[in-house]
Amino acid sequence: MKKRLFLTATAVAVAALGATSAMAQADTFKIGLILPLTGQQASTGKQIEAATKLYMAQNGATVAGKKIELIVKDDGGIPDASKRIAQELVVNDKVNVLAGFGLTPIALAVAPIATQSKTPQIVMAAATSIITEASPYIVRTSFTIPQSAVAMADWAPKNGIKKVVTLVSDYGPGIDAERFFKDRLTFNGGQVIESLRVPLRGPDFAPFLQKVRDLKPDALFVFVPSGAGAAVMKQFLERGMDKAGIKLIGTGDLTDDDQLNDMGDGALNVVTSHHYSAAHPSALNKKFVEAFEKANKGLRPNFMAVGGYDGMRVIYEALRATKGAGGGDALLAAMKGQIFESPRGPMFIDAQTRDVVHNMYLRKVEKKDGKLYNVEFDVIKDMKDPGKTK
Amino acid sequence: MTQPSMNELQKTIAESLHNGSRWKAWEPVFWLLVLASPFLLGSHALIINEIAIVALFAISLDLVLGYTGIVSLGHAAFFGMGAYAAALFAKLVMPDPVVGLLFAIAVSTLLGALCSFTILRGSDLTRLMVTLGVALILFELANKLDWLTGGADGLQGVVMGPLLGKFAFDLAGRTSACYSIVVALILFVLARRLTRSAFGATLMAIRDNRLRAMAIGIPVSSRLAVIYTIAAGVAGAAGGLLAQTTGFASLDVFAFDRSADVMLLLVIGGTGWLYGGIAGAVVFKIMQDVISTITPQYWTFWIGLFLVVLMLVGRERLLRPWTWFKKGGAS
Amino acid sequence: MLTILFDGIAYGMLLFILAVGLAVTMGLMNFINLAHGAFAMVGGYITVLLMQKLDVPFLVCLPLAFLGSALVGGVLERTLYRPMYKKPHLDQVLFSIGLTFMAVASTDYFIGSTQQIMQLPEWLKGRTELGEGAWMLGMGHYRLFIIAVCAALTIALQFVLAKTRFGSRLRASVDDQRVAAGLGINVNVVFLSTFAVGSGLAGLGGALGAEVLGLDPTFPLKFMIYFLIVVAVGGTSSITGPLLAALLLGVADVAGKYYIPKTGGFIVYGLMIAILIWKPQGLFVRKGGK
Repeated sequence: MKKRLFLTATAVAVAALGATSAMAQADTFKIGLILPLTGQQASTGKQIEAATKLYMAQNGATVAGKKIELIVKDDGGIPDASKRIAQELVVNDKVNVLAGFGLTPIALAVAPIATQSKTPQIVMAAATSIITEASPYIVRTSFTIPQSAVAMADWAPKNGIKKVVTLVSDYGPGIDAERFFKDRLTFNGGQVIESLRVPLRGPDFAPFLQKVRDLKPDALFVFVPSGAGAAVMKQFLERGMDKAGIKLIGTGDLTDDDQLNDMGDGALNVVTSHHYSAAHPSALNKKFVEAFEKANKGLRPNFMAVGGYDGMRVIYEALRATKGAGGGDALLAAMKGQIFESPRGPMFIDAQTRDVVHNMYLRKVEKKDGKLYNVEFDVIKDMKDPGKTK
Repeated sequence: MTQPSMNELQKTIAESLHNGSRWKAWEPVFWLLVLASPFLLGSHALIINEIAIVALFAISLDLVLGYTGIVSLGHAAFFGMGAYAAALFAKLVMPDPVVGLLFAIAVSTLLGALCSFTILRGSDLTRLMVTLGVALILFELANKLDWLTGGADGLQGVVMGPLLGKFAFDLAGRTSACYSIVVALILFVLARRLTRSAFGATLMAIRDNRLRAMAIGIPVSSRLAVIYTIAAGVAGAAGGLLAQTTGFASLDVFAFDRSADVMLLLVIGGTGWLYGGIAGAVVFKIMQDVISTITPQYWTFWIGLFLVVLMLVGRERLLRPWTWFKKGGAS
Repeated sequence: MLTILFDGIAYGMLLFILAVGLAVTMGLMNFINLAHGAFAMVGGYITVLLMQKLDVPFLVCLPLAFLGSALVGGVLERTLYRPMYKKPHLDQVLFSIGLTFMAVASTDYFIGSTQQIMQLPEWLKGRTELGEGAWMLGMGHYRLFIIAVCAALTIALQFVLAKTRFGSRLRASVDDQRVAAGLGINVNVVFLSTFAVGSGLAGLGGALGAEVLGLDPTFPLKFMIYFLIVVAVGGTSSITGPLLAALLLGVADVAGKYYIPKTGGFIVYGLMIAILIWKPQGLFVRKGGK
């Protein structure tokens, strides 16, 4: 019986494999979108997928005579699965561009494939500085953590904040945030009296926040991945930290637009630094937010969505410029140096570093029309990635 | 009837062991097909590679679970150890794949020997917890020692030298698939010898009734320790293969999901039968690939449903639907 | 330092309420139920959704969470769990993992994967501080509430077990099922009601914990290990065992993270392994029990 089961299983497997071989098609331009649609980062994947589909709906599915095909794959947040998926997309589906990448390890894992196959890799979400250096074919449209950390470290000392405790999640972006914030703040005459790291999985902020309370700094600088911000906020208030005179500052992941409205009034007056707010007062952004909410049952777009939206723009314009001729190298050349207006504000892709250069806004959480928004009140223009100056 | 003499008894036992260990006719054919598959199904070489690695991992779990009855929810500890060992070896010492693999096996065997004394005592629940705990500790260690392991970003930049000095690891994955299959075959043959020997028979005796095994003089504790160590080494080989063929190692080689998945697919394929691990790996990986293309977000639901139904119906009866509604079947 | 102790006790009591159902069903039915966390999640989501969509006050949601999870638990016990009792442990483990996957995926599908944010009523949001400096005892009102509720439940449970007829039937069934059945105790009813109450308690724990531990579809998987630790270390033959184990675990975890933030999660796992190697049946096993 076992033998029969085994042979049946093998036969079924081989048949299934045979049936799923890809069919080649000329005159289509394929974009392989690798996103975390399940697992902890699932909300990132959903936002980016929605944004890319929105862009395609608004700008049509044909560019320079080629039909655009979007192949969406779930990587579940696991790097070795995404590496295989990327390999299959390149070898079997023959995609022209790889895009997406919700987490740093995934972007890094796929980098060698982009280099080997000369396929441009558009990073729409991951934010660690070293990513663009992992392959000459990587172009980023999201942002880098050092950008927002440094922006905050520039703003804080000018506003009465000298002694700070940093609290970050213990992984690449968190450590980046801690390092860059500390270096810049110290450079500006401030002082980081303690650096705390919270485990990425299953974080319980209570003991760490208690420690902060006992240290009595002017402010607490927080970096946590989007989604964990609410927990920090609540515990912060529960511990009476605001009454003890400790301000809460951080990067925009803390007040992620995705969740901000559900955080309650305790989030009011929290100051963060980031490249995108759904409340950014430009006509293009208003249109973007409206269209996004309409197409997605009232879901508010966040900075992940804008990374996806702009990534599609970069791909479309590059394709238009090359008129569909030339391979990955021509496409890459057309991506570098693109300057345009994004829902976040003006931005461009640096031709040297292939990284994103945009404005960094300082925002405060305020109530508008009964909902909570990050309202921008200050800006640092055309910020390059400080992590590159090595 | 006269009692069979001692010599006759011994002859019967020796014969039965010998018969059990002879290769069946279809086995060489099967393995030849498997070895040829990266060439016959060229575009799927990557998934064949993954299947080979997972099948090897499942075989290692079968050694402890199917043949010895040790319920382990943390077998990924050894898989992950092998992966990181191979990756670090390639990065820091030398990029030769085969030497790296041997190193990975050595490291995970050592770890297995160290951990073997934790599984000797206690009930099933205790063992479950302890094995799970070990895997989790290793996960945290890998996360903390990020100067060594790259932490949550994973260990990047592992560039493998050409296999046996000649075959470079290509983008299509053909070299990787062949490499993994050959290693899996070698270890499979070794495992087969082990389980069909007298040693293997004592393992099954321990699985079936530990008290009785002790009563007839089988050194239970030492057997458990030995098989756990061996299985750790085999799992480490699978992990090392993964690190080498994908070019990096990340934290989820230690994750609970990995231990749970391999247990699941071993059960699907059938425990106590080495081909069970292979069958389960093939079916599981293909199913995963196909279903997650259809519903990328909710395939865990279907896997869960499948598991529940499978357990309720009884593992043996899965492919015989007419027995599902018969009451009181064997299960 | 006292504050850390306080926080640890609150965390530990919460873990106890979440895990006590698992301990009793494991001791009673010898069934390794890894889906226990899913019942806690049900309770948490019932509370959050009722509060968000129907504006039901928090205090009313708590008993509703208990009842909801108990109902789900009872139905599942009768239909799905009962045929599994006689099966080997491995099958039970895989079965309950399968249930958990289904619960996680369906929650994700119907409600979405973002963390649920709960708004506590005002009277629970405050904080009281006694003492000065290093000896300051800061007590968040919500944690005080948790400790109070859990302490009351523990006393109630102990009372039921020790002083009521149902309790003695339950204890008899745990000690020896066949003899209990032979004495005329309806073991099926005992199982059903115990499982339902255990799941209900888990649901209540999930509702109480949503604020402190966070609530998203991966809750059962994230916290399962903690429940299992409480049961494995505390043993399944009493409820004081898991209680002490939960408190130990809670305080160790919180204190560990405060004093040695580098080691974080290690302490808990290392402690567990050490204890289990030293005493494989758990720390607090009654003589003559399983």
